[in-house]
Amino acid sequence: MTADAGAGIPIPHGAFVIGLWVALGAGLVACAIRRSRVSWALAALALLLLFNLFFTKDFFVIDLKPDADLRHWHYFGTLVDILNHGSKVMLLALGMTLVIATGGVDLSVGAVMALSATLTAQAVVAWGWPFWAGALMALAVALLAGAWNGLLVAGLGVQPIVATLILMVSGRGIAQLVSAGQIITFSDPSYTFLGNGHLFRLPFTLTLVVAMLVLTSLLTRATAVGLFVEAVGDNPTSSRYSGVSPRLVKFLVYSFTGLCAGLAGLIAASNVKSADANHCGLFLELDAILAVVIGGTALSGGRFSLIGSMVGALFIQTLTTTMYARNVSSDVAPVPKALAIIAVCLLQSEVLRQKVARALGRAPR
Amino acid sequence: MKRLRVDAKHIPLLATAGVMVLMYVSGCIAFHDKNFSSLRVIVDLFGGNAFLGVAAVGATFVILSGGIDLSVGSVIAFTTIAVAAMVSKGLHPLPAMGLALLAGTAFGAGMGVLVAAFRIPPFLVTLTGMFFARGMGFVVHGLSIAIEHPFYQAVMRHGAIVVTRHAKTGAPAVQIPSWTICFLLVALAGAWAARYTRFGRNVYAIGSSEHSARLMGVPVTWTKVGVYALAGFCSALAGCVATLYMQSGNAASFVGSELDVIASVVIGGTLLTGGVGYVGGTVMGVLILSLITTLITNANISSWLTSVAVGILLLVFIVLQRVLARGQSAAA
Repeated sequence: MTADAGAGIPIPHGAFVIGLWVALGAGLVACAIRRSRVSWALAALALLLLFNLFFTKDFFVIDLKPDADLRHWHYFGTLVDILNHGSKVMLLALGMTLVIATGGVDLSVGAVMALSATLTAQAVVAWGWPFWAGALMALAVALLAGAWNGLLVAGLGVQPIVATLILMVSGRGIAQLVSAGQIITFSDPSYTFLGNGHLFRLPFTLTLVVAMLVLTSLLTRATAVGLFVEAVGDNPTSSRYSGVSPRLVKFLVYSFTGLCAGLAGLIAASNVKSADANHCGLFLELDAILAVVIGGTALSGGRFSLIGSMVGALFIQTLTTTMYARNVSSDVAPVPKALAIIAVCLLQSEVLRQKVARALGRAPR
Repeated sequence: MKRLRVDAKHIPLLATAGVMVLMYVSGCIAFHDKNFSSLRVIVDLFGGNAFLGVAAVGATFVILSGGIDLSVGSVIAFTTIAVAAMVSKGLHPLPAMGLALLAGTAFGAGMGVLVAAFRIPPFLVTLTGMFFARGMGFVVHGLSIAIEHPFYQAVMRHGAIVVTRHAKTGAPAVQIPSWTICFLLVALAGAWAARYTRFGRNVYAIGSSEHSARLMGVPVTWTKVGVYALAGFCSALAGCVATLYMQSGNAASFVGSELDVIASVVIGGTLLTGGVGYVGGTVMGVLILSLITTLITNANISSWLTSVAVGILLLVFIVLQRVLARGQSAAA
């Protein structure tokens, strides 16, 4: 329905935009046919874009402009910004999807982001390391942080919310110990390129996200790993009897989420050219969880959709950008966000579906 | 010979008490030159985190019922700014606080309905609740508002109980401020409600096993709504208490307080799986959090260590809980 409406009105020029709409429409149709849960997220995103098409000026305009040194030409525009700014949540959502699919949740990703961002900045600025070494070290620490969560959840059997709460509380404290409570600003060209540079005329972060998405998809769907993850989320006991180790799967999944959070942290710091242990990635764990939920991955675990989570992340970023475009202050922005999330949760709630079905006089499916 | 036996469910509580005494004694030994063992320090331990304590009593019920409330800090911040805004518009503080308490209770009840009736996971509902309340605070007013009202000055002047006076001047030396009194009253009421009311018993039953509770005829849905409404009320009351000593309201304040609240409940020996725990333990948990802050301030080390120390204590208690739970299931 949205695809029809999109075709009926003049679409702003630019092959990129048309391509986007075609992809969106095709995806919507495909998902509607398959009755996939991703269709909800896509429909919501399409509605939001449609709203912007009518009510936000120049929302879909994409310009090819030279950057400051007049040598490289890049695409600029609101849509590009959404993809760029959404990259952090998309990266977080990749790991979070797998964690939630095992029936868990990771609240510590924001703190891990702050940790990896601060570590890299400290290594580059204070210790004089080259960027790659600092980044590798920070990513290794992020991986360890994830592994720590995994150890608590899989090894000790602590509830995921509680286990990851520990790092959520203390992670920022550790980051502040590293930075001595200071905001570290940096000008290292490689570090700044990560979040501000361009590749293929688009933000570099996009390449990073696509690479990680392809990698994760291949790892989970081209091998049996995805099946293992879903099996563990569905029924740990029966998966253990069929030879899948729930502990190992959970441990790996939490470690991977730590790695994703570390990478997102590097991007977040790079965006603002400074590492702030207090505010880097603050509340982003929320956005990541919501992206996954909106994308149709059930919080009870057992099935997941990486593409859905990406669409969910884009939906959240588009919502944020839309509100900024409508002059909603960033402080007030959480209110409509919260309402949208509750609406999506209610739509997915089995109880509500059954009640509606009963009210309409149909037996629940 | 009668042996002293310790019930397994009391071990976390005993551990909490042990940690608290150990920290206090070591503080007394390490900082004896700074009068650490004086009455004033003990009174300050209760007063320093009074708002946290009030909110933690509500959160204890939520965690006892097997849920979690992440909206605490935002609701406190919303209450402070709402009360400040209403007072600055000319309303007397008492009806302003009443309205704020009503709003907090209704907000909590709303979250409870989403959790209990629509079966949306508590952490997700209260996470969005945290977003919502924070944003609504900014809708009320974006900046800090000072509260200037005779009522507040009167409470400051006459609301405290004087414990000791200076020998010569007769001026109060150590006094229990109004917010500490409020914290202690709420804690007493909470302990009573948990132990001696039908509501309290229902909460324990639901936390132990929701399914059995339902089969036994416990009104699970309504009890859960009540639990979250109570938590909302306590958070709002914590906000009112906070305005007493802040003398202002700010929508950007108390970010992350929910974590301190959960930490003090868990350190207080309440099992996060629900069903086991005491309000008295939570009070000790709040005192331990105050002790950590006081010790770190006295030792002149980086204040960032506070959150790391809280994290480590949290870890110790959670691991202890797991070990106990395993021991019990092995014995059974």
